[in-house]
Amino acid sequence: MENRAVDLSAIERIEAARTAQITGAARPAKVVAEGVDVYYGAKHALKDVSVDVPDRGVMAFIGPSGCGKSTFLRCINRMNDTIPSCRVTGKITIDDQDIYDPALDVVQLRARVGMVFQKPNPFPKSIFDNVAYGPRIHGLSTNKTELDQIVQMSLQKAGLWEEVKDRLQDSGTSLSGGQQQRLCIARAIAVSPDVILMDEPCSALDPIATAKVETLIDELRSQFCIIIVTHSMQQAARVSQRTAFFHLGTLVEEGPTQLIFTNPKDQRTQDYITGRFG
Amino acid sequence: MTDAAHSTLPTAALIASRRNSPANAALVKRRYAAERRFKAFGIGALILTGTFLLALLTNIVGKSIPAFFEHTANLEVKLDPAVLAPDGKVDPATLKSADYASLTRATLMSIVPGIEGRAARKSLSGVLSSGAADELRRRVVADPSLIGQTIKVPLLLSDDGDLYMKGQDAGASSVPGIGTVTPSDIKGSITLTSTDGAFKSLVDDLTKAGVPKDADTGAIVLNSNLPSRLVAINGGLVKLQSVTPDGATGNVLLSLKGNEAASGPAWQQTTYSVPEGRRKTNDQDVAIIEKVKETGAIQKGINWRFFTSGDSREPELAGIRGALVGSALTLLVTLVLCLPIGVLAAVYLEEFAPKNRLTDIIEVNINNLAAVPSIVFGLLGLAVFLNFMGLPRSAPLVGGLVLALLVLPTIIIAARAAIKAVPPSIREAAIGLGASRQQAVFHHVLPLAMPGIMTGTIIGMAHALGETAPLLMIGMIAFIVDIPGSLTQAATVLPVQIYLWSDLPEVAFQQRTAAAIVVLLAFLFAMNGAAIWLRSKFERRW
Ligand SMILES: Nc1ncnc2c1ncn2[C@@H]1O[C@H](COP(=O)(O)OP(=O)(O)O)[C@@H](O)[C@H]1O
Ligand SMILES: [Mg+2]
Repeated sequence: MENRAVDLSAIERIEAARTAQITGAARPAKVVAEGVDVYYGAKHALKDVSVDVPDRGVMAFIGPSGCGKSTFLRCINRMNDTIPSCRVTGKITIDDQDIYDPALDVVQLRARVGMVFQKPNPFPKSIFDNVAYGPRIHGLSTNKTELDQIVQMSLQKAGLWEEVKDRLQDSGTSLSGGQQQRLCIARAIAVSPDVILMDEPCSALDPIATAKVETLIDELRSQFCIIIVTHSMQQAARVSQRTAFFHLGTLVEEGPTQLIFTNPKDQRTQDYITGRFG
Repeated sequence: MTDAAHSTLPTAALIASRRNSPANAALVKRRYAAERRFKAFGIGALILTGTFLLALLTNIVGKSIPAFFEHTANLEVKLDPAVLAPDGKVDPATLKSADYASLTRATLMSIVPGIEGRAARKSLSGVLSSGAADELRRRVVADPSLIGQTIKVPLLLSDDGDLYMKGQDAGASSVPGIGTVTPSDIKGSITLTSTDGAFKSLVDDLTKAGVPKDADTGAIVLNSNLPSRLVAINGGLVKLQSVTPDGATGNVLLSLKGNEAASGPAWQQTTYSVPEGRRKTNDQDVAIIEKVKETGAIQKGINWRFFTSGDSREPELAGIRGALVGSALTLLVTLVLCLPIGVLAAVYLEEFAPKNRLTDIIEVNINNLAAVPSIVFGLLGLAVFLNFMGLPRSAPLVGGLVLALLVLPTIIIAARAAIKAVPPSIREAAIGLGASRQQAVFHHVLPLAMPGIMTGTIIGMAHALGETAPLLMIGMIAFIVDIPGSLTQAATVLPVQIYLWSDLPEVAFQQRTAAAIVVLLAFLFAMNGAAIWLRSKFERRW
């Protein structure tokens, strides 16, 4: 009897933990945005966006094309700095550190916040050099053996090691599209970032390659805070624990993925997920 | 009005019926005709261009071929100690300044006997190049023990002698004489008399050819517009001036050994079928060259001198080495200046410069500079580098600076295009990984743009190599014999050398001009070929 009660409570606790993990609710926030506005010249592309992204797990940004998902994503590693007309106001913190603090070194930030792009963009260099580039410029390895190890580990985490271990010196561009995208993920995780941003990472891939990348994202979520932009709601449903819905530059609503897809609070979300627009 | 417009609005059925109407078929036919016409124009233009190019190339290459060969007379020269070391001293200075020309002259005299008088002597010395003795000097200076011996040396023919051997000859031919002829003297103006009508056949020939008889004397008078007629007799040669069947008058070109009568095949009648007036060589020259030719000593060889020596007043001695070295030095300066400046300017403008009015103005002006006539850069060079900065005239350094100004815009434009062609995704990938802007450019963008930059640079360099006008302005047009050894020494460049030679009257220089053009074209083709090769080898598809 005693045993059974203990068992029950254990199951309850496990259940609770599972729910928490799936929804990400119980986790502390990793990335916190407060009142973020983005302007491209005079165009107000993002309006007053506030969101908490929990540590570990996957958060999906969905919304119709042009609603500002990529814009917001690019605020998180300050890639928008490279666009001269772009102006960002508001506050974004990672681990309670303001990333728009003038004293912060943007290069260091980008080492902490990796990014995977829509179109696979490996460097036209060897597979090895692709993965080793980040560790090299940030001085993350002290010798060749370490670098070899980092490259191998990253490729293993990206599920690419078995496929490329015999051809590390081949050009990264010689791989298939799906392999290239996983190479880009390996390249991003080689510097052990805290956050990985993915901007529609599967939109240029066929369904099989997409499935592989999704599996990979699922595996990585226990080690990284992943934010993925996708226009495929199925994908958001498959890989994410939390979802944020953007519409015309505003964040309409955000919550556990299951909730957003089954019981959205806002009519616009409802319309979008039922395919009334998009 | 509106109603009428309404009533004629076409219906779908009407449009469909129009689509199948004969008028529509005619439209299709017209379209085909227009396409055929366009194709014909295109092919016509191509054929025209191809023909012009081919004509130009065959003309130049054809003209240049003789210049790549030279003729030498392989003759035995006696190295007379009395000439080489008059006072018995054999030291390099004496040997270098000794009179080798007199040795070669002595050799020629022994081969061509009967040289008498100024004209003959002048012709004799015109057979060999004034540089012929250089080979002799080289050998003797290298090995003074040769003095006193007789050695066989290849002696370079003069440009006229060389041309004569290359086909601009007099068409000399001889037939044995018939009958007996008696010369009145052995030199000067002489008469040849015959008692048995030895010249009858010649008179018949000339009469048949329509040469008139002199009304007073009844003799046929020859002139320089007619083939030259000569008589080889008693070891000498007489050029005929007037002929009757029983006698002739003439000038002795090579003096006779005696004035005794000669009959039958002992004397010959020689004809130079090309009239003297239509040759560069006069009969006296021809008489001597033919004698040398008879010995079989003249040999044809490849004219390596053309590539190993500098410019000269004597075409047979002139070469392009000086111009080639000058061009190389000049282009070196240009490259060393242009490549880093051009690439860095392009990188800055493309990757770092803020987009504002100033950069716009700079950009427009770089494009404008590329269109400025090259002579303007020459004037600028003259004003700035020579007059203001006081750099030496005619120097490869200044030439290189001027050409650098000329080529810089081309390289900047090419480099910018190459940098622009690198997809932004590569920059984003690097920056997303935490590379700084500069790292992204130097680690990724520039290496990928390099083939394009190199292509642009090579084409720019080829442009610089062929450039003449601005170099004239800074004095690179001087006649320079020495091969330049430094950036500040006076030099000329290949296209200027071509320009200089093309101005000279000698036929041999015309040929050398063509040959130098061929060399220049070969370099240009090679450079453009390298550019094309680079482009195709490193071309990337993203
Ligand atoms: N570099 C830019 N310059 C100007 N406007 C831009 C730029 N990038 C995006 N925008 C505008 O910002 C809005 C949001 O774009 P984006 O974030 O790319 O949308 P999404 O990724 O959701 O499709 C769009 O209206 C787009 O036109
Ligand atoms: Mg987007």
